[in-house]
Amino acid sequence: MPILELETVSKSFGALVVAEKIGFSVEPGEALGVIGPNGAGKSTLFNLINGNIGVASGIVKFDGRDVTHLSPMQRCLAGMGRTFQIPQPFERLTVYENLLVSAAFGAAKSEHEVADACANILEETGLIDRANDPAGSLSLLQRKRLELARALATQPKLLLLDEIAGGLTEGECNQLVATIRRVHQKGISIIWIEHVLHALNSVAERLLVLNFGRVIGIGQPAEIMASREVREIYLGMEV
Amino acid sequence: MVANREASPPTTAAGASGSRWRVETRTTLSTAFGIVAIAAMLLLALTPFFASRGVVQDLFFILTMLVLAQNWNLLAGYAGLISVGQQLFVGCGAYALFSFVILLGLDPLLAVLLSGVFAALVSVPTAFFAFRLHGPYFAIGTWVIAEVGRLLFAQWKALGGGTGTSLPRDATRDMIGIGFLKETLGLKSAAAVDALTFWVALILLAATMGTMYRLLRSRNGLGLAAVRDNEVAARALGVDAMRMKATVYVVTAFLTGITGALTYLQKARISPEAAFSLTDWTAYIIFIVVIGGIGTIEGPIVGVIVFFLMQNALSSYGSWYLLLMGALAIVTMLFAPRGLWGLASDRTGIELFPVRRILKRGPNHQGTKGGPHG
Repeated sequence: MPILELETVSKSFGALVVAEKIGFSVEPGEALGVIGPNGAGKSTLFNLINGNIGVASGIVKFDGRDVTHLSPMQRCLAGMGRTFQIPQPFERLTVYENLLVSAAFGAAKSEHEVADACANILEETGLIDRANDPAGSLSLLQRKRLELARALATQPKLLLLDEIAGGLTEGECNQLVATIRRVHQKGISIIWIEHVLHALNSVAERLLVLNFGRVIGIGQPAEIMASREVREIYLGMEV
Repeated sequence: MVANREASPPTTAAGASGSRWRVETRTTLSTAFGIVAIAAMLLLALTPFFASRGVVQDLFFILTMLVLAQNWNLLAGYAGLISVGQQLFVGCGAYALFSFVILLGLDPLLAVLLSGVFAALVSVPTAFFAFRLHGPYFAIGTWVIAEVGRLLFAQWKALGGGTGTSLPRDATRDMIGIGFLKETLGLKSAAAVDALTFWVALILLAATMGTMYRLLRSRNGLGLAAVRDNEVAARALGVDAMRMKATVYVVTAFLTGITGALTYLQKARISPEAAFSLTDWTAYIIFIVVIGGIGTIEGPIVGVIVFFLMQNALSSYGSWYLLLMGALAIVTMLFAPRGLWGLASDRTGIELFPVRRILKRGPNHQGTKGGPHG
């Protein structure tokens, strides 16, 4: 049974179609990469999956359950963790408190049960030294790590990563990829939107290509990257 | 359970993973302040025994304004609900009191409590409409609903319609506890009423601030702070933002309603213009919270003192006083957006009501006592 299944999911904003009959599924433990040009509807796809935006038509199934009409909060409790493309920290809370929010609410536990788990995640994501600083004082890399740490603290079955490697240096990017690989090895399913292809390809087992709100290809990374349509649309190459 | 988070050194150098962690929120200073605060409250409770009626009435005014300010602070500074319609709940509480006492003949003290319940009931349909709006639209929506409240109560002929009415003298003089105060302390009726309303206000303030501090240190307080900082992210991480905001809205309406009822029990005279006054019950309150420091428990305490001193010094200048107050609020917003307390706290690092959870390396030998409870 797939962990996530989308059936003919559609959504428009006025005349602008942002999702047109999108259908695909992700198996438990799988890592799926999502690519596509700017404005293809990638972040919108995440918003439809986690419920920030309601679908106009179609079905979203998560872990065998129809979640189409559940709120983002309910989907989080069901096991969906997400990061935002533009980091959205709770700026006046400390880094540790940021994690505490997602662990205490996203995994529905008391603060005491999760203190150690939060500290472990901070160590794993390299944020432990900033644990007691306000999240508003973090650098971009640290904010991206905090996005990942917060999503992990909800104990997700499925992790939605939105351009988490964008804007980072090569070294920073490699560190982050190493962390994501470790998470993936624990059996957590991942859907990862990314423009940094070498980072994406080191984790993703399949790639999905979006353009104008439509899925124009899904399959092995090598096949996808070799396909004429993808090269034309995504890489802007004349073939 | 007491720890000084500034001074204490890292306890262990245990390896990264596998080490235990502990969480602290209190500081030595905050514990000391807690004791001082309780002592100050007890001392304040004794004022009716030695101070003049004028002083007791001034203190009553400060206490009730501080309760209103803390409620608005919780609403705007923590739940992100910038309401300019809190006069609705002051007015509803006050009018409920008058109707319970005049029309039903209830004891005024019992009626004060019931008036709070009435204000909370009014807040439910208000929230239903106002919560559809966000930001400035929410603010204006609450104001409009408050005006509707004022117009409705002005139609109530049994309570004097547009001109208002007074409480019968006997109603307050026969109140529970007044006879006892007159006999044991030899107070005159009017002084006994002042003393009793003052004590109720003091209890109300202690309950409000105690509840607020407990809430902010709890799991729900953490969720509320998350919603304040970023509602979309909070919802995506499992926080039920709507339920939290609605709860805060209804609870603050309850406390605001009680304060309105108590204020008008002491004034003994009501009119729709006064009880639903935007200036008295919202503009002044916003001034107090903004000057002192929004989003802190300490801020409104500083703010209410500044407000009281300004009002005493400048109220004879009429509208110039209001203009000056507005200018001061604008200057504060521009140069000290976190208010006078924020300014002081940033310079000194002092927090009298710390809510921040500090993660420390080291065994959790203190059990669950040190941290906030879920």
